[in-house]
Amino acid sequence: MTHFSFMSLLSGAFSANENWRPQWPDATPKDEYDVVIVGAGGHGLGAAHYLAKEHGITNVAVIDKGWLGGGNTGRNTTIIRSNYLYDESARLYDHALDLWEGLSQDLNYNVMYSRRGVLMLAHTVHDEQSFRRHIHSNRLNGVDNQWLSTAEVKAFCPPVNVSPTARYPVIGGALQKRAGTARHDAVAWGFARSAAARGVDIIQNCPVTAIRRGPDGAVLGVETGKGFIKAKKVAVSAAGHTSVVMETAGVRLPLESYPLQALVSEPVKPCFPCVVMSNTVHAYISQSDKGELVIGAGTDQYTSYSQRGGLPVIEHTLAAICEMFPMFRRMRMLRMWGGIVDVTPDRSAILGKTPVPGLYVNCGWGTGGFKATPGAAHTLAYTVARDEPHPINAPFTLERFTTGRLIDEAAAAAVAH
Amino acid sequence: MVPTMRQEATMLLIHCPYCDKTLPEVEFAYAGEAHIVRPADPAAMSDEAWRDFLFIRTNARGPHFERWRHVHGCARFFNAVRDTVSDRFLATYKAGAPKPDLATLLAETERAR
Repeated sequence: MTHFSFMSLLSGAFSANENWRPQWPDATPKDEYDVVIVGAGGHGLGAAHYLAKEHGITNVAVIDKGWLGGGNTGRNTTIIRSNYLYDESARLYDHALDLWEGLSQDLNYNVMYSRRGVLMLAHTVHDEQSFRRHIHSNRLNGVDNQWLSTAEVKAFCPPVNVSPTARYPVIGGALQKRAGTARHDAVAWGFARSAAARGVDIIQNCPVTAIRRGPDGAVLGVETGKGFIKAKKVAVSAAGHTSVVMETAGVRLPLESYPLQALVSEPVKPCFPCVVMSNTVHAYISQSDKGELVIGAGTDQYTSYSQRGGLPVIEHTLAAICEMFPMFRRMRMLRMWGGIVDVTPDRSAILGKTPVPGLYVNCGWGTGGFKATPGAAHTLAYTVARDEPHPINAPFTLERFTTGRLIDEAAAAAVAH
Repeated sequence: MVPTMRQEATMLLIHCPYCDKTLPEVEFAYAGEAHIVRPADPAAMSDEAWRDFLFIRTNARGPHFERWRHVHGCARFFNAVRDTVSDRFLATYKAGAPKPDLATLLAETERAR
């Protein structure tokens, strides 16, 4: 693996960029692995990276039906934050945030993590009370989050329309300064490169059609488009398609898959300093380093696997953006897309062991999985390696739906309900 | 109807079996999976069976039985069969009507093309 440094970039530039090597090989599957991870998104590749790096388990394959990072890792709005209400969620997402801060150095790959701040606008008394409750809860958990007055909101993010005559006037906002964005593709590529360099096989364009179990119920391996692959342990991290894969192992999950749409504008010069969310007017927006405005909102109302979604959701989202940021009213939109997100009844993830020995699951991230990528991957690797929960992912069990010990996280959806 | 390869977003057109009209999606509200009967005696159920009733859904990749409500029309609930891969509706029918046979429905849809 080429070690990237200022000198390596300089020599690459002086050789007309013709000597760059592929960063990871496209592997052909071996007959047997210690661990097979289904789904080569940020979470799955990250788990492979941490398995190899922290637990010394390198006989690992990451299998994906498409190309790596082509699912929700490549379809989100790249927002990273950890201002969740409950202790369990705050610990998990703040663990992820800690890892985000050192991720570029850890991977020797620039994931462009940018601490530009996430500002959540309050438009009603209910918003303000809810945000203040979140701020207090966050401070008790050591998560940074602060209240801004309307004037402070305007000073922090000048494009916001704070006119008192607006349909939903801005009465303040909650700001997490440590939050921000990262480059989604680089996250998948960086994890893939690091995992592959440690001996992990990344197998693309190879659908996992079934999980096979032995007579004792334990996992034997996976049936794939390239034949049967034996595995001691299988971890499924397949986002919207997790319930389809897990069903083949006889595990039914409390998941429903919805399209979540996003869109980007034409690229423009830097004009938007942070991430802004509004639950009431119902949209969120940031500007990528490339200059596009990245815009998203809630899921479509019906379950679907179509990766596309309906136009009414986009219309609603853009109406909200035009209301909050009048300067964007004449901006032209460039692309729109949908990702299939797996939503749990309590809007919190399921992360850990399953009733099947040797089978692990990482799913239910719903509309907010990107921000958790390193945290989910790190704790999943721990659970797979030791066959026991990590203290941070321990509350996120499948059993909570039987016991009723839910983590009913209203802050989970980027645009909450 | 020939399926198109369009990738841009569109709007669903949904047939309300009560109004007998095909109308845009924005008039309707999705109401989850259909044909889930509330148990008569919840207290007698095991925790696992109660979990299954409350939380476990088919989440079908393909034809899916689901409820819709014509909220900006007659406001009544009805059932539908929709393919969750293509978002194409195979049928809509009144609440309380028997669950249609999927094989028959798929054959009919195939012929109608």
